Amino acid sequence: MNKTAQQLQEIHQEQDQIQTSRTKRWKRVWDRFVQYRPAVFGLVFIVLLILVAVFAPWVARVDPFYQDYSALKAPPSAEHWLGTDALGRDVWARLIFATRVSLSVGLVAVSIYTLIGTALGAISGYYGGLVDSIIMRLTDIVMTFPALIIIITVVALVGPSLYNIMVVIGLLSWPGISRLVRGQILSLRETEFVISARAKGASDFYIIFNHLLPNVLGPITVAATFGIASAILTEASLSFLGLGVPPPQPSWGQMLTDAQKLSILSSMPWLWVPPGIMVSLTVLCVNFVGDGLRDALDPRTLLSGKK
Amino acid sequence: MINYILRRIFISIPVLIGITVIVFGMLQVAPGDPVAGMIDPTIGNFDAERIETEREKLGLDQPLPVQYFFWLGRVVRGDLGYSLITQQPVSEMIGERLWPTLKLTISALAVSTLVGISIGILSAVKQYSLLDYVATFLSFVAVSLPGFFLALAMIYLFALQLDWLPTSGMGTLGQEASLWDSLSYMVMPVAILGIGSAAPLVRYARSSMLEILNQDFMVLARAKGVREWASIIWHAFPNALIPLITVIGLRLPILFAGSVIVEQIFHWQGLGTLNIWAVLNQDYSVLMGLELIYAILVLGANLLTDIAYAVVDPRIKLD
Repeated sequence: MNKTAQQLQEIHQEQDQIQTSRTKRWKRVWDRFVQYRPAVFGLVFIVLLILVAVFAPWVARVDPFYQDYSALKAPPSAEHWLGTDALGRDVWARLIFATRVSLSVGLVAVSIYTLIGTALGAISGYYGGLVDSIIMRLTDIVMTFPALIIIITVVALVGPSLYNIMVVIGLLSWPGISRLVRGQILSLRETEFVISARAKGASDFYIIFNHLLPNVLGPITVAATFGIASAILTEASLSFLGLGVPPPQPSWGQMLTDAQKLSILSSMPWLWVPPGIMVSLTVLCVNFVGDGLRDALDPRTLLSGKK
Repeated sequence: MINYILRRIFISIPVLIGITVIVFGMLQVAPGDPVAGMIDPTIGNFDAERIETEREKLGLDQPLPVQYFFWLGRVVRGDLGYSLITQQPVSEMIGERLWPTLKLTISALAVSTLVGISIGILSAVKQYSLLDYVATFLSFVAVSLPGFFLALAMIYLFALQLDWLPTSGMGTLGQEASLWDSLSYMVMPVAILGIGSAAPLVRYARSSMLEILNQDFMVLARAKGVREWASIIWHAFPNALIPLITVIGLRLPILFAGSVIVEQIFHWQGLGTLNIWAVLNQDYSVLMGLELIYAILVLGANLLTDIAYAVVDPRIKLD
């Protein structure tokens, strides 16, 4: 065996070790996550919800847009599991199809603002100085507008649609993440491994992507998970106020709109109780997962509790 | 500390300017003629010549940046333009609605602070007890409940089924306003805003208190024989409150956002219902006036919070 082959083998072994220590770490995170029962419950519920959203046409059984004029405002029955609304549409089918709206708003809006927030926070924390001041004042400005109110206003300006709601929530909700990332990067910027990388001539871009951001991934994941919960709530509130997803597209919040009329509130509970419970349960479960992730990814507990 | 406060005020100035730039920008992109919302409607729409001179007087024939300063000058003097629908001055419309909203949000803030902090502190003192688990779980549920669902459920239960409280409004019509009457109309809106706002406070108060309970000075207090409850009340409690001031200050924008939904459901004649009305009627001059007022109120609350923090926490004075 010549020398280079031996060296190569050593490198391979070393890489394997790094790989196993990485998988071990994720195993440990997973082990800690499943110890927290509410988080497991939340995760199972969300996985089920995703399946429901994907296979909505089969779960719903009937067309959510079809108006059955022989059964207007009908109470729950074998034919219409959760009854029908004022236009004779099947409430169960609409409830099922609305999962698509909530989940897609949650995922898309949060992806948009996590990306913006991370980029701005990283630039702000890494470069500091004037750039930092400008970005931080910008976050201050965006944060002084009450979130739901500025979202309502901008959605009113651009016109309500599912697509616009996702984008507007995404474009206006980044300050939290950017502050978080900035704070973390600021504290990591002067650590030895970053200084050594800089001394070796690594570019700023390389340092941010390969040394700094991987260390912030945990807190970002946790914040994004809680963000999904609040984005789902925001969409539901907008649609409830009649300023969100335009009908006939079903959305949980919008299904509760009619219940503002006292006659419907008192006589047709099947119309507003199921979607109300679905929003609450979904948001609760996402929050549980976020809480579980926070404990599981917390570096302090991760290092101390080795088992 | 004076330096610290002055610095905080100084930092707020660019933020305030930024807010006005954003609101002005939104007014510009709003559909329709932005001019219509700025000219006094009593001039009349028919006299084209007079409208033209008015336009010039308001600086609307100038380039945008110049227009911004004209607009800012009027805003500073309290002139927010005129409603596109009712043609009333916007500042007057907002002025009428300000107090009802503040009444709701400040009551909710007080209730949630009291309840949230008490429960949080109790659950920290009795860590891992049944009370602790129940409080933590309930605070999770409360954060996740959408305000509109809670509101509808409460109206269904307390107004329609039990008939204890009125369904909506601000006072019984045709009846002289009495304290009890107006309180009964406030119970549900304040409770709904308060529950949503108290929940995160429970968590913050709990972790803040837990941190203090593990400090050396608490061990010392116990070691020198201070009774358990006395040490908690006199040594731990005031220290645990300090970091909570920031959290309480940050509640205000969240309460304003929540009040939009609650006011709409309970037909409460405040800024929130005006906001929805303006959106539905595309009354952009009212809408932007509201944005400006909300942002300024929040900015002011943030400033007050920071100052309160500096007054309470002696460590800040060193800066």
